[in-house]
Amino acid sequence: MITLSHYLVLSAILFTIGVTGVLMRKNVIIILLSIELMLTAVNINFIAFSHYMQNPDGQVFVFFVMTIAAAEATLGLAIIVALFRNLETVNVDEINQMKG
Amino acid sequence: MGLYDIMFYYLASVAVITALLAVSRANPVHAVVFLVPCFFHVAGIFVLLGAEFLAAIQILVPAGALMILYLFVVFLFNVSEVKGQRITHRKSFLAGIVAMLLIFLLIVLSIQSLFPGPFEELIATNIGIDNTAAVGGSLFTKYLFPFELASLVLLVVMFGAMVLARREEE
Repeated sequence: MITLSHYLVLSAILFTIGVTGVLMRKNVIIILLSIELMLTAVNINFIAFSHYMQNPDGQVFVFFVMTIAAAEATLGLAIIVALFRNLETVNVDEINQMKG
Repeated sequence: MGLYDIMFYYLASVAVITALLAVSRANPVHAVVFLVPCFFHVAGIFVLLGAEFLAAIQILVPAGALMILYLFVVFLFNVSEVKGQRITHRKSFLAGIVAMLLIFLLIVLSIQSLFPGPFEELIATNIGIDNTAAVGGSLFTKYLFPFELASLVLLVVMFGAMVLARREEE
């Protein structure tokens, strides 16, 4: 019998993988991918609660989260394009021009 | 153990394994390609939860369009890293400790039923009528203004991305 907790634990594991990717990796593209993974984990939570509460409103919120995820990925990649054109690197350790 | 349980454990384990592979690959092309099956299996989880419409969107938008966009950027710049170079920060063990604490906390909170309501008793049934009709009905009546606002956000993002990525004319 699969309960709500199963879905919450799956979502927690995926979210933590995303957090680990953001905190540990140096490549800015992988950091963006990890953010994508975290948003997907949140979507699993939304849909699981929507299912177990018999309320479709949670799924509408997933729709908006996906819209924002698409917007975030597009802008993030545009920033990476501009960054790579100016600095020739995607390593976040080397992007420290603003550091005093 | 019924078919539903087997499907859940299959989809969940493949999603977690491919997610782990995606964040641990040195080559960003491999990372993007591993995230595609991850998102497909998450779409399968959505189908198990009776959200067929969002499963289709999950395959079309994050697994389809966004991953293609990432692959274009990765191919455009040939950003694959030099062999033998570290892929993590120098002090990344601190990040590992934070992640361990986070997953411990989240799983403890998820297993204890802190949320009120008859969640455990409810059998997996669909939300009354057709799922797509239910989501669409909610989206175009109760959430019509946020829906229009989302389209405005996408328009702004489209112009923003074009301005950011444009090459300066000399």
